[in-house]
Amino acid sequence: MIHFVLLISRQGKVRLTKWYSPYTQKERSKVIRELSGMILTRGPKLCNFVEWRGFKVVYKRYASLYFCMCINQEDNELEVLEIIHHYVEILDRYFGSVCELDLIFNFHKAYYILDEVLIAGELQESSKKTVARLVAAQDSLVEAAKEEANSISNIIAQATK
Amino acid sequence: MNPFSSGTRLRDMIRAIRACKTAAEERAVVRKECASIRAAVSDNDNDYRHRNLAKLMFIHMLGYPTHFGQMECLKLIAAPGFPEKRIGYLGLMLLLDERQEVLMLVTNSLKQDLNHTNQYIVGLALCALGNISSAEMARDLAPEVERLLQFRDPNVRKKAALCSIRIIKKVPDLAENFVNPVTSLLKEKHHGVLLTAIQLCADLCIVSEEALEYFRKKCTEGIVKVLKDAVNSPYAPEYDISGISDPFLQIRLLRILRILGHGDADASDFMNDVLAQVATKTESNKNAGNAILYECVETIMSIEDSGGLRVLAINILGRFLSNRDNNIRYVALNMLMKAISIDGQAVQRHRATILECVKDSDASIRKRALELVYLLVNESNVKPLTKELIDYLVVSDQDFKGDLTAKICSIVEKLSPEKIWYIDQMLKVLCEAGNYVKDEVWHALIVVITNSSNLHGYTVRSLYRAIQTSGDQEAVVRVAVWCIGEYGDLLVNNIGMLDIEEPITVTESDAIDVIEVAIKQHTSDLTTRAMCLMALLKLSSRFPSSSQRIKDIVNQSKGSLLLELQQRSIEFDSIIGKHQNLRSALVERMPVLDEASYSGRRGGSGVSTSGINNIPNGVVKIVDAPLVDLLDLGVDEPTHAPPPNSSSGANFLHDLLGVGADISSSSPQSGGRNTMHGHKSGTDVLLDLLSSGSPPAPATQKSSSTSDLLSLTQLNNKPSPSPFSALDTLSSPIPTPGASPMMDLLDGFGPNPTTPPPPPKEEENGRTYPPIVAFESGALSLMFNLSKQPGSPQITLIEAKFTNKSSHVYTDFIFQAAVPKFLQLHLEPASSNTLPGNGSGSITQKLQVTNNQHGKKSVVMRIRISYKLNNKDMLEEGQISNFPRDL
Repeated sequence: MIHFVLLISRQGKVRLTKWYSPYTQKERSKVIRELSGMILTRGPKLCNFVEWRGFKVVYKRYASLYFCMCINQEDNELEVLEIIHHYVEILDRYFGSVCELDLIFNFHKAYYILDEVLIAGELQESSKKTVARLVAAQDSLVEAAKEEANSISNIIAQATK
Repeated sequence: MNPFSSGTRLRDMIRAIRACKTAAEERAVVRKECASIRAAVSDNDNDYRHRNLAKLMFIHMLGYPTHFGQMECLKLIAAPGFPEKRIGYLGLMLLLDERQEVLMLVTNSLKQDLNHTNQYIVGLALCALGNISSAEMARDLAPEVERLLQFRDPNVRKKAALCSIRIIKKVPDLAENFVNPVTSLLKEKHHGVLLTAIQLCADLCIVSEEALEYFRKKCTEGIVKVLKDAVNSPYAPEYDISGISDPFLQIRLLRILRILGHGDADASDFMNDVLAQVATKTESNKNAGNAILYECVETIMSIEDSGGLRVLAINILGRFLSNRDNNIRYVALNMLMKAISIDGQAVQRHRATILECVKDSDASIRKRALELVYLLVNESNVKPLTKELIDYLVVSDQDFKGDLTAKICSIVEKLSPEKIWYIDQMLKVLCEAGNYVKDEVWHALIVVITNSSNLHGYTVRSLYRAIQTSGDQEAVVRVAVWCIGEYGDLLVNNIGMLDIEEPITVTESDAIDVIEVAIKQHTSDLTTRAMCLMALLKLSSRFPSSSQRIKDIVNQSKGSLLLELQQRSIEFDSIIGKHQNLRSALVERMPVLDEASYSGRRGGSGVSTSGINNIPNGVVKIVDAPLVDLLDLGVDEPTHAPPPNSSSGANFLHDLLGVGADISSSSPQSGGRNTMHGHKSGTDVLLDLLSSGSPPAPATQKSSSTSDLLSLTQLNNKPSPSPFSALDTLSSPIPTPGASPMMDLLDGFGPNPTTPPPPPKEEENGRTYPPIVAFESGALSLMFNLSKQPGSPQITLIEAKFTNKSSHVYTDFIFQAAVPKFLQLHLEPASSNTLPGNGSGSITQKLQVTNNQHGKKSVVMRIRISYKLNNKDMLEEGQISNFPRDL
């Protein structure tokens, strides 16, 4: 099981956090501080796993961003690397070659996508296409609501002219 | 107004925050935004609610408090539209965790949304429930989730399956409800559903034994077939990852097979073929393939034995271990640790490679490899492996040395074939990384040294050499100083030479030089310096001709600001200067320390408590810890108590040795203090000499321990055991109280009280004790009558009796007492507040003391007595520590 997902920039800024196990707000910031100290200082050629408080943290760097997932000792580290890559590829498809700025300004989208990939710390979908389709369908629901609201406000504006 | 297009937009806020150059600027921007969001919250502004929440989420990620937005999430979730719900649920998952009360309020909205007609809204609710559900919510909403497992859209079914995992983890009782629905999901073709159903299946097996049995019977066959299809499936672009079809699904299938096959030969048999297929057919040039192989190896290791498969698995691990990719090597090491219990021989074959991994540049790999090496060591390979590890210790990273030394020491202690090898290896470790070695390790080393009498000379010479080269390692210095103190004569006279040794010439002054350097080194801490003083005292007797030089060195510490050192040097100086006749007996070689009881005690970790317990005065000082270490090295010597000895003056010796003596106690109570030691002083002296780590036996056992002592004498084959001779010599030179200059030096005892009362009798439960003079000052004296009630050994009843021998009457007499935390004190009203003079009357007062650490700690008490003498306020204070030990 994945206990939490962290996206940390090279400078140690948090770009996304998702907690599947209960951590208080205080513990959360402590965890982030500890892990960014451990992970950001590791050299480039080293393995992608660090042992931490009896758990393992699997991380992978993509450009300026570190994607980190915390798992149990007995979980499959190599698979988690694959899950991270899976998520990154979906982000990449959604944003069209994703960069850190996309994830800053559209952080909520990154969360929506993550929610289609993981629930309760477990993988929910292995098809990137399906995830993309589901996110797109929900986005269009929002767009439709937006347009409706626009047209209503136009009608009201015209009526009260 | 259009809610989607005015005000400061989310984008603008993020931009503004990113434009901030300093943290202060950023805080200002955030504060402004938070203020306007709070205003909007209190205005109950509907139009911007979802945008405000989005902003709050961003602010939350930056680490600012956002609790005021929690209710906004609930309002958005309760709104009818999808966009509001979507952001509301996101906020709920981000800003709240399952422990917040607010969460309970959302249960109803969740229930409605789980029954919504829009499948995406159902999806949102399932996602939120799966990520943050508490046990209560899980219980309330389990029926809805169970129903959704049969929902028409597969994307809802898969979410419901993962949501169920959360539910059964929170409330394992609900597991049985999900067994049947998940069985039908296992037959599906949709990968998402299959993936999540298998995961749910695995978690059900973990929480419920019945579920495991059920799946084992009904589903093993089906799952094996699904895996077979997955392995042999043709290229499917949707699920393909570097040439492998849906590795995620294959990994989960392998995992559930592991659970089903574990401990069940039939099920294991059933999956043999497919596992062999996976192990041989999977490409290992990409991470995805390796992930599958890794999972497959673990499954093969866990299911019931099949020799052929095991060989296959070990071979895969061998390939992994020689892979250039660090990740693969890491998981190989990880898996070899599990494999070692199954096929130790096969793992031993990779020993050389594993040892190389200990020296890897990657800390994660090093750590794994070290753990593995630790498991690999056995009697036959301990020597070469230890040598490798110690060689590596020389060049290893600073931050790895701690781990490495701990493991080496543990290996050496556990598996050393002979003592000389143990001592050699420990010396090497101490020389390389003495500062990383824990105290227990060098304590254990000293215990071993004392036990190998034929190696004393060899050891002390090796240590002498070691301290020349590695004087900067504190542990080396301590062990060397201790051994030179004990075995200095062997060092100088080259006694007990082994054939392998090179002869060295060490003069007495060389040996003293070493200790002088150590005591003067500014890096030496209190313990080391105190040990140096002790060693010097011992050497003063071993090297009589250098006595004067030693005295000079000892004298230099007389001005030390550290009380412990000052006290020791003053006391030792007295012994060296004035008491030659008892010195040699005092500083006899330490009796052999008992290895078994030492290691036993380490296990029980009772070192510190019993260390304090043996301080007879009960005056607990922080500096006592090193002292106790020093004298006894934490060894649990059985109490060799002598027959009750009435030479109460002997207690000055224990002050002399400095155990718990309170130099500053030149107050009027010192007269009283002397009495405290009354009947047990004989024991105390001996105890201190032996520095036993355990409290002395109760007085009634003393007769039996005499025989112990005798047997000990025979064991040690010593004509006259040191403690006794010390005591014997002691009884003669006891100076008349108060007359000796040494006594003045120490604390100027008052006159000695009468002979101690006879040893108390022990009854079954209720015990009586002889009355003690708890406090005496001038004309005022305080007697305690102690008794215990049957059945409650922790509680001591004390009857205090105050008498006044002066010719004046004390009025407004008030007695107060205080005890440490482990005691509880109850004071009853005094019989009177006027104490007549000339001993013609007394005040009595009852006290009740409950000792929560009965048997471990003795009772102590601080008292204060205030009274009026001719209308002048008088105050007396003191400490009572002469309670019988077993109260």
